[in-house]
Amino acid sequence: METPFEALRGTGVPVEPAAPGDAPRWVAYPGTTAEVAALMRVSAEHDLAVVPSGAGTKLAWGNPPERCDLLLRTGRLTSLEHSPGDLVVRVSAGLPVGTLASFPGVAQELALDDPLGAGTVGGTLATAVAGPRRFRYGTARDLLIGVTVVLADGTVATSGGRVVKNVAGYDLGKLLCGSYGTLGVVTEAVFRLHPVAPERRWITVEPDSLAALDGLVAALAASQAEPSAVEVDWPGTGSAPVVAALVEGTAAGERAAAVRELAGGHPARVRDEAPGWWNTLPGDPGGVLCELRLPPAEVGRTLREVTACGPVRVRGSAASGVLWAAPPPDVLPAFVSAVRDRLGGRLVVLAAPYDAIEGIDRWGPVGALPLMRRVKERFDPDRRLSPGRFAGGI
Amino acid sequence: MPDTALDEPVRRFLEILGPGSVITDPVRLRTYECDGLTHHRTSPGVVVLPETAEQVAAIVRVCARHGVPFVARGAGTGLSGGALPRTDGVLVVTSRMRRILSIDLPNRLAVVEPGVTNLAITEAVREQGYYYAPDPSSQQVCSIGGNVAENSGGAHCLKYGFTVNHVLALEIVTPDGDLVELSHTDPGYDLLGAFVGSEGTLGITTKVTVRLTRAPQAVTTLLAAFDDVESGGRAVSAIIGGGILPAAIEMMDALAIEAAEAAVACSYPEGAGAVLIVELDGPSPEVAHQFAEVRRICEENGAFELRVAADPAERAAVWKGRKSAFAAVGRISPAYIVQDGVVPRTALPEVLADIERISGEHGIRVANVFHAGDGNLHPLVLFDDDEPGAAERAELVSGRILDLCVEHGGSITGEHGVGIDKSRYMTKMFSEDDLATMQLVRCAFDPEGLSNPGKVFPTPRLCGEAPGVRRGAHPLVESGQAEQF
Repeated sequence: METPFEALRGTGVPVEPAAPGDAPRWVAYPGTTAEVAALMRVSAEHDLAVVPSGAGTKLAWGNPPERCDLLLRTGRLTSLEHSPGDLVVRVSAGLPVGTLASFPGVAQELALDDPLGAGTVGGTLATAVAGPRRFRYGTARDLLIGVTVVLADGTVATSGGRVVKNVAGYDLGKLLCGSYGTLGVVTEAVFRLHPVAPERRWITVEPDSLAALDGLVAALAASQAEPSAVEVDWPGTGSAPVVAALVEGTAAGERAAAVRELAGGHPARVRDEAPGWWNTLPGDPGGVLCELRLPPAEVGRTLREVTACGPVRVRGSAASGVLWAAPPPDVLPAFVSAVRDRLGGRLVVLAAPYDAIEGIDRWGPVGALPLMRRVKERFDPDRRLSPGRFAGGI
Repeated sequence: MPDTALDEPVRRFLEILGPGSVITDPVRLRTYECDGLTHHRTSPGVVVLPETAEQVAAIVRVCARHGVPFVARGAGTGLSGGALPRTDGVLVVTSRMRRILSIDLPNRLAVVEPGVTNLAITEAVREQGYYYAPDPSSQQVCSIGGNVAENSGGAHCLKYGFTVNHVLALEIVTPDGDLVELSHTDPGYDLLGAFVGSEGTLGITTKVTVRLTRAPQAVTTLLAAFDDVESGGRAVSAIIGGGILPAAIEMMDALAIEAAEAAVACSYPEGAGAVLIVELDGPSPEVAHQFAEVRRICEENGAFELRVAADPAERAAVWKGRKSAFAAVGRISPAYIVQDGVVPRTALPEVLADIERISGEHGIRVANVFHAGDGNLHPLVLFDDDEPGAAERAELVSGRILDLCVEHGGSITGEHGVGIDKSRYMTKMFSEDDLATMQLVRCAFDPEGLSNPGKVFPTPRLCGEAPGVRRGAHPLVESGQAEQF
């Protein structure tokens, strides 16, 4: 009888035993979609739990998987096919998203910011993470036009295609965005690209209080100078927030001046470079990281309300109502309860030290959870893909 | 012959809705026998006209209990037969659910019922400087619920995206009759994104939260006339290649122009082999700069006449011919098929040449109207339905055009949907495994296959029991009253 390890090795894909003490028993390094499919078939035969991983920048996000026999590293999935005339790119899941920020000889980019810096295409889709320019361009789900995924039983499926305008069939790509590796292993993605803006300007405004925040953000977001992003950075209790808007494209200088006029008397200036905190996560690596979703017009009020919890650093896309928050571990329970129960906002604890998360539901209430569970049951009936990582045992 | 299987459901509908909202009279049922794809006609078994989400849920629960298929219909403007009813089923018409429930400008959103028309949303917020961006050409009458089902686009989706990019949340009735909210703020699977564009096969939309977009500071529309489609196509490539993302780039060929002239006297430049409509919008300084660029590019690529529309009246005049194009071909042909396919934009010249060749080979004229910026073709296949065999040849040409789209890595539909019209083409674009995987989604939402069955997918499939959910034997089997094969 062949052991699982022999069977995995039998696929011809590089597979190694994991370091002693690590959660997975083996680590595999497939280089093609077909190799991923071969590994998944063997895993199905031997009832192995599989956790896909890209650069590992978000591997600690979500619940720890209930079991993990095989860690499937996507680092060798690195092909890239750029069609500049069509403004699309087809990429393998293991490439860093940052690779798509520029292309040789042509001013095009994937208009998707990665606040983690080194995240891969696959990991970015799986966690639906995005940065400041989500305000204008949306997130990965809005830029993704085609996807190839390997299911738990090794089936290879594609949806969408290589054209932006396409309504044929269900959009599996959307479903996989935010799936945390629990539905399938994304091996390829096709994205629409945008022309790189010839000029960029940042307008920073320093309101004297949180009370002024909502009016200011609303005014900047509604500007017909059309900022691509309106972000906030709040170092926490006792300090004033900083708001920064990005204007990109032709006549950026003139448009930035128009945006600055909306600062309402608060100190404001136009800069050629982004503030240091732009497109970065608050807090320390290894610390607590939460994602908040609120109506954009309630960001200021929310920050005022959570002040009572203790020091919490908050940063993010104020105009889109999506914020990152980094409370110290001891403040986490009070912070979670304040946002969810008192303010009615959505909060997900993405990452936290084990002792800090004890007793806290990371995901919070998810209205469509029963439907999500039914999707999971169809895609991965034996619960072998990142089992338990998402809410409700998914 | 009325379907007696509907007798009990109809009695229940009358209890839920009252007699004024349940239609069983065969004459009145015929009003609903087709949508915008008029050559497919079927009278529904019964039509219901709910006014609330709870009523829709109650109706669907009755359908689920009795195993009766149901089809949702908005304004019935769809062009792929997505709202084609079934004689053995219920047609749930949302036209009485047309309240705008709330408008929240600080958060740039509106909450509306599914029967609200696309344009009504824009009209409700226009004075405050906002609008709803997706603009299918039927926007004056089409419903937002239908837009959600079809993931509708429009001329301006080149820059602004489709319905799916502008819907923030939905309240849906699942095929078992549960009211569920799908929201962009939910973590986990993007069910909202998967539901939009599912053509009514995953449930019925009862409430839509849409994003409102700030009106642009400046809009400029330019009409450029070229000798032929090739030169117009080169101009399109140069515009996009130059890093400009217009709100819309539309092209019409000589035959489409001829039809539009005959129908609405749009006075496009005489002798044009192709016209290009380019609309730029955004901040004034950006639009001014890009306009100069577009003008230069058109001239360099052989535009022999350029017209600029600077105000809404002039803009309407430029768009008049384009917007009338589909109906206008009725002036130059007794019958026609509206096709909808997509090719990568760089393949446009080759595909247009191929269409011309196929058209010649079969003696069937094809007028081309298309969203050139995103490679979305709308060939209008013209034929005389009195001529024996012409309809078949037109159908053949229309199908060959879709083949071309797939061969060039494009899509069989850019915005009209698959519906009943194109389900047989799905296998040309997708493998068995692709379709089986999509079917997993269908089975998760609708294991009994009651929600708009027979649409989108080429062959009906049974879902079987949800795998992974290990249930005991069916009670009837256990008690010896039934056998399972």
